Amino acid sequence: MSDKDPARLKPNRPRLSLHVPEPKFRPGDTPDFSSLSIPAAGSAPRPDTNIPAADTHPLTTALVRVLGDDHRAVGAWDPKLDPDTLRKMLRDMVTVRIFDDRMYRSQRQGKTSFYMKCTGEEAIAVAAAAALDRDDMHFPTYRQQGLLIARGYALTEMMNQIYSNRGDKLKGRQLPIMYSDRTHGFFSISGNLATQFPQAVGWAMGAAIKGDSRICMGWVGDGATAEGDFHSAMTFAAVYNAPVILAVVNNQWAISSFSGIAGAERATFAQRAVGYGIAGLRVDGNDALAVYAAVDWAAERARGNLGPTLIEFFTYRAEGHSTSDDPSGYRPTNEAKAWPLGDPVERLKAHLLATGEWDQERHAAMNAEADAAVRAAQKESEKLGILPEQGKDDIGSMFDDVYAQVPWHLAEQRDEALGEGGG
Amino acid sequence: MPNLNMIQALNDAHKIMMARDDDVVVFGEDIGYFGGVFRVTEGLQKQFGKTRVFDAPISEGGIVSTAVGMACYGLKPVIEIQFADYIYPGYDQIVSEVAKIRYRTAGEWTMPMVIRTPYGGGIFGGQTHSQSPESLFTHIAGLKVVIPSTPYDAKGLLIAAIEDPDPVIFFEPKRIYNGPFDGHHDRPVKPWSKHPASEVPEGHYTVPIGKAAVVREGGDLTILAYGTMVHVALAAVEEQGLDAELIDLRTLVPLDLDTIEASVRKTGRCLVVHEAPRTSGFGAELVALVQERCFYHLEAPVERVTGWDTPYPHSYEWAYFPGPKRMKTALEKVMAD
Repeated sequence: MSDKDPARLKPNRPRLSLHVPEPKFRPGDTPDFSSLSIPAAGSAPRPDTNIPAADTHPLTTALVRVLGDDHRAVGAWDPKLDPDTLRKMLRDMVTVRIFDDRMYRSQRQGKTSFYMKCTGEEAIAVAAAAALDRDDMHFPTYRQQGLLIARGYALTEMMNQIYSNRGDKLKGRQLPIMYSDRTHGFFSISGNLATQFPQAVGWAMGAAIKGDSRICMGWVGDGATAEGDFHSAMTFAAVYNAPVILAVVNNQWAISSFSGIAGAERATFAQRAVGYGIAGLRVDGNDALAVYAAVDWAAERARGNLGPTLIEFFTYRAEGHSTSDDPSGYRPTNEAKAWPLGDPVERLKAHLLATGEWDQERHAAMNAEADAAVRAAQKESEKLGILPEQGKDDIGSMFDDVYAQVPWHLAEQRDEALGEGGG
Repeated sequence: MPNLNMIQALNDAHKIMMARDDDVVVFGEDIGYFGGVFRVTEGLQKQFGKTRVFDAPISEGGIVSTAVGMACYGLKPVIEIQFADYIYPGYDQIVSEVAKIRYRTAGEWTMPMVIRTPYGGGIFGGQTHSQSPESLFTHIAGLKVVIPSTPYDAKGLLIAAIEDPDPVIFFEPKRIYNGPFDGHHDRPVKPWSKHPASEVPEGHYTVPIGKAAVVREGGDLTILAYGTMVHVALAAVEEQGLDAELIDLRTLVPLDLDTIEASVRKTGRCLVVHEAPRTSGFGAELVALVQERCFYHLEAPVERVTGWDTPYPHSYEWAYFPGPKRMKTALEKVMAD
């Protein structure tokens, strides 16, 4: 008699049932986010960075917002940034969006195999980069290309990697968008989810062991918070009081799985901070000023040896997961447009316009400049080759960097691979 | 020269390297204040302080991943996984990150770390305290796999592993931590102090990674072994009065194929022994290499003595562990005309 034999069921007991979370809207439905509780801009209190972690916990169900519907900055979280900083952030976000657009098209044109956009999330990486010091370290996911662009990493370098061409410093070994650059404090992106989250904690622990003053920021998506590595990161960060900022970018979707599949029906992602006893914040990720303010708060806390902060950036993945994904298969096609917290680029632009620090002509000019810069970089990069031409020259390089020195068995295999006529 | 057991030799290696290099940090479960369940890290926290030697949460994934982060920062983590049987939660980080970071960053970040872990049976440890999972690591490009069989080698290899720019998985045969084991479980335990390879020089020295040791020269056959089985094989050879050439591999990856080839070409017969289960055990790789390179020198098929393809049973310890009886049968088979 097996455990699931119906004869074992007791007829006077209620039948158990399994709940399977479903998103509110599927293809064909009309998206309606009115059930989302969006607090007013400026309503969240801003505690001092040195308060006990538990005192931040009400903020894990709130939403830190600085930019109101009137596009003005309001409340205690207003970082009071100078206009030049804001204009640079806007320019970086615009560049990210243009870069994404061109590279996505590049994949569709067959110039490379794969690309991932971060449309709708541009403010998060760009404002975080602005808030931290240039030499603070990041352990990103694949949607923080804004960190590199904000830190001035050459667009040609990024494109070389996307094309796996002969300018690619990673020697064609990585899938497109899996950048890596030590001098820009951007750790190598891995294909496995969440692996970087506890690595960020380890880097921060290293800095603490050595009495450094640089801090570290780890990144993860809503879906990947379900991975064991998320929990290891939280445990180690809490246990050792690591000087780390732990960012959860909740863009509502993990490929076709809405955030409920990772537990969002029961708690916010920021609320995980409560259980681990660390500070937690929940922030409107489409509000560049709020993102800056939250990261700045967490950085000050970490630098003061007051420990880690979990920040949930609440946002929306406006496009598909990648060039291999078509979201019309699992959500309404106009869902992104219905997102109640708007477009991060438009909102920062509107803020600068509202405060008289920008105008449409300058925006158009800046847009054109950014577009020209991206196109120029693409032209430069494509001189060094595009993917379909790759993988034939320097086959021997496949065997380098597996170890510090090439061991005999790889030297032998290399000879064999080269002897096969190189393919 | 002092006689040390394997635990003391490993402890000594830690002390020497931690004194030499401020970047070496040591952590794992129970290894800090208490000095580790096998006492390998005893005294280190007191000597070097608790920011360099500390206890970790019970999270092998967290232990390996934070070590990765520390190595990215510029430290040299020497981490302990309490039993090799517990390594699996950390396996993703080892395979996907530790093994691949140098390659996927074209050398911009490297992983000069050591992951030490007690392995192997002969201790009534059952399924979760007796495993030999080394072939799960030899199969992963980017890792080095090292297994000492004596205190002298343990200290020298651990120092070499800590100095090595590549990640090393360092398997410690726990059955022989305190004394060599010849497979005769019904005889009194011998301590290391009576064994010549327990003479461990003070101070810094290395045993090269990637070099096997010829434990016994001979002409009848070649035996390839590592860890506890080196001692079991030696005893079996002496009991049968065979003039065997016994090779202690010491490093599985990168393998010292030259020493193996030279020996098999000389003897014409080969026996491979390991505790790990038979299917896809490291012995399969050794047998493939020997037959590829030495086929025309062989007088007989290459034999393997291995653990069975079962989970490691508790009360059947001595039926599972490849002991003197199975060694004898295998030796007779490989020597048959």
